[in-house]
Formats: sequence, structure tokens, C-alpha cells
Amino acid sequence: MDDSKSTLCSCCDERGQVESETCRKNEPVTFLFPMYKPEIHEEPQVVYKDNQQNPSIFLYDFVIDSIDTPSGRVPIVDTNLRFKDLIGSWKVRWGIGRMNYRVIPGIYGIGRPDETSPVFVTANYKMSFDRLRKALSGLNAWILVLDTEGINVWCAAGKGRFGTDEIIRQIEKTGLKKIVSHKVIIVPQLGATGVRAHEVKARTGFKVIYGPVRADDIKIFLAEGMKAKPYMRSVSFGFVDRIVLIPMELVQSLKYIAIFFVIAFALHLTGIIEITFSHIYPFIGAVIAGCVVVPAILPWLPGRAFSLKGWILGFLWAVAVIIMNGSLNRLKVTDIFAILMLLPPISAFLSLNFTGASTYTSLSGVKKEMRIAIPAIITSVVIGLITGITGFFIRQ
Amino acid sequence: MKDYYLKNVATLLLDDNRCTSCGMCIEVCPRDVFKRNGKRVMIVDRDACMECGACMMNCPFSAVRVNAGVGCAYAVIKGAITGEEPNCCCSSSGKNTCC
Ligand code: SF4
Ligand code: SF4
Repeated sequence: MDDSKSTLCSCCDERGQVESETCRKNEPVTFLFPMYKPEIHEEPQVVYKDNQQNPSIFLYDFVIDSIDTPSGRVPIVDTNLRFKDLIGSWKVRWGIGRMNYRVIPGIYGIGRPDETSPVFVTANYKMSFDRLRKALSGLNAWILVLDTEGINVWCAAGKGRFGTDEIIRQIEKTGLKKIVSHKVIIVPQLGATGVRAHEVKARTGFKVIYGPVRADDIKIFLAEGMKAKPYMRSVSFGFVDRIVLIPMELVQSLKYIAIFFVIAFALHLTGIIEITFSHIYPFIGAVIAGCVVVPAILPWLPGRAFSLKGWILGFLWAVAVIIMNGSLNRLKVTDIFAILMLLPPISAFLSLNFTGASTYTSLSGVKKEMRIAIPAIITSVVIGLITGITGFFIRQ
Repeated sequence: MKDYYLKNVATLLLDDNRCTSCGMCIEVCPRDVFKRNGKRVMIVDRDACMECGACMMNCPFSAVRVNAGVGCAYAVIKGAITGEEPNCCCSSSGKNTCC
């Protein structure tokens, strides 16, 4: 999506000045919903001079003030999230325009920061940034936003984008050495996967202290003298952590449901078979079991492999379908067998996909699981289809 | 509560000869895999390891080895199709996201 240009009107581009009021009035609304204003997109439109912020940084409506530092003017951001920010997070959860949800990399201030204030490093994924500024309310601090292409800290660190080189680049680009007198930066612990603390220290003089995993623990972390307690270090994957992932899983599985509907509709049109609700709901149920129910009740499902957890739930659903359909019309043995072979692998495959969103699966483990699960899933589906089709023609 | 994935698969290794027990790995590990036992730092919960690689990156003495990667089935499938190493599925081309 390249609506980035339309969000920056020409007056700011040319003069590089902040006239946010006039700018917003000229801003063409290119969005579907008129009450929306598009995010101001990354991609600096202005060439950087030495240690100068990209002027469009001051246009954000979460920028409430600015402060002059030996390294140029720095925007001060609001620590209250507004309705627009919250709507933004909601859109992200549902996978709407997710990849464009970023902020301009560089340095931002919180409160009235001075040269002794702590420096927090984060990704330029808007949600990471929002969570951090909210957690810093009431403090005086600096936020150093790395260019992670709008990806969150954990994923960007895994790709090395949130990493040693990018930290060093932003330290130099923002002139951090002139802004603060101390030599410490606080990096979220989940960024450690991409950062070599000793290398940052050797190349810039800045010592990396790993902060808590959750931004909400930052105040306690500071109060303890920048020491993260053990509970701040470990990643939790509790009920709420899993629930918020469900919309994304659901959106991704919509394509499977769509494919199924197309096939079912095509079959219906050919007149070979009359597709009714009793053909459709078992599949939708199996998809929901795999991408909604499994994430919700993950730890309580037996087994360690995700596909096994999904298969068990899918099997229970298949049994339920047999009971429900059986009470409506008589099911043949081939139908029952086909249901048992077709539905559980659908749930199994979708829960296998949830490994990516979980916070404790390892690559070696996933590879091992897939070596067994994928052939089993394919075999089961093939057998199920053959039985179902054979049964259908025998009945004719 | 600590969730566990498959047993005996993590590729994590600690070289006792190189390790100076500085404790950096304890600090960066999100899964409490290392503990200090007396003076020495050791692996106490290998099955909890999610192979994120943070310990290997941050060990100043290169004493930890692990095949780091993302535990994401989607990424493994995509890696197998494109012939690349499984990378985080949040690809920069930006359509498919799992994390
Ligand atoms: S970081 Fe390296 S040297 Fe330090 S305790 Fe861990 S393994 Fe040993
Ligand atoms: S790879 Fe990650 S989870 Fe495994 S021991 Fe190292 S830091 Fe801990």
C-alpha cells in the first residue's frame, strides 16, 4: 500500500516545517472510513542533516511538545494512548493494514528529559512504541526507536533487524552521545536475540542493560536500580496472551474456509450433490477448533506436540458431528469413517500453525513434529476423501 | 506456570572450558534455562529452551552454541518451498504474519 505520500502534504515536504494544523486540513482522506486519518507513514521524505530529526516526526498527533538538545530538536510524546491508537491496535490484531503500522525511527522524549534521563530502545512497530510510551508515563526518559521495518521487537530481533548494527546506527544518527551524559541504554530483553551487548559496548561505549520482557514492569525495574527480577525475565504465555492472538489466527484461516466454500458451491452448481448446512458446519467447526479453541485451552489439552493437541480436539468435534448428523439422517459406515479421517487433521494442521505465535516452541522441535505430523495429516485426508467419495457413489 | 514443548530436541550446548560463569546468559534467557550452581553457571532446564539464540549472541566468551531459529511451522513450510532457512514469517514483503 503506498498511500504514504498522500499523508504528508506538500507544505511540510517543501519547507520541512511543522504546521500541523494547516497540514491536517490539506490532508487528502484516502481511507475507506472517513473518520479515519491514515497513519503518517515512515519513509523519510527529507534528507537527514547531521543529527537532525526527520521533520515529519513532529507531525504525529501523539507528539505534544518538543525539547532542544545539543543534537537538535527532539519531539516529546504523549504517554496517554488515544482512541486512535487503540483503534490502531485493534486493527493490527485483526490483520488490517498491519505492515504499515510503524513510526519514524529516531529519538523521542517523555516528560522533561535531560542528559541524565534513561534511554529506552524499541522497535518502530507502532504497538511496541505505544506500549513503551504508555509504560513510561510520569517519568522523564528518552526513547530510541530503531528501524525494524515496522516489525515488533521479538520478530525483528530474530531476523537480526533489531540488532547490534541498527542500535549503533541509531546511536550515531541521533547523536545520542550529545543528548545524554551517561553511557547506558536499556534494551527490551526480547531484543537480546538480535543484539550482542558486548559488541555494542565495544563499538559505541554504551552499555546495554536488558530491561524487563513486559513494558509494564519498567517502573519496578527502575526502582530496583535497573535490575530485572527473575519474573520479569521470563516470557509468559497465559490465557490472555493467547486470547489476543486468536483474531489473527482466525483471519488467516478465513482463506481455508473460503476455499472450502468455493469447492462446496461448485459441487452444488454441478448438481452432483446437494450441499446443505450439514455438510458445511463440520468443516467450519474443525477450523474453529484448530484456530480458536486450541489457542484458548492449549495447556489443558493433552500431549506436547501442537498437532496432537489439535488432532484430539478435532477428533472430539468429529464424534460430536457424527452424533448430531446421525440424529438427523442415517449415516453410513463410510460417512462416519470419512468424517473421522477428514475433520481431525484440519484442526491438527491449524494448531500446528499456532507454533509460530506461541512463545515456547523451538525450531528443532517444530521440525521434528512436522516430520511426523505432515505426512500423517496428508494420508488421513487422502484416505478420508477416497472413502467419502466411494461411499457417495456406492449409495447412488 | 512454565509450558514445555517436545522433550530432548533442543540443540543447546555449553562449553564448560570457555565459560567464565559471567552470568550474561542467565540474564538474557527468557526461559530460565541456565542457573548458577555455586560458582558455575550451568544448563538446568534444556527442555525449556526455545532456541532463540539470545544466550549465544550475548555470551562474551562464545561458550554457548545453539541452532537458533524460529519455532514456527509456517516458516518451516515456507522455508522448504523457497529453499531458504526458516525465517520469521513476518516477511518484509508483508503479507503473512504469524507472530
Ligand atoms: S554468558 Fe557465556 S561465559 Fe557467561 S556464564 Fe553464560 S556461558 Fe558462561
Ligand atoms: S536459546 Fe534462548 S531459550 Fe535457549 S537457552 Fe539460549 S536464551 Fe534460553
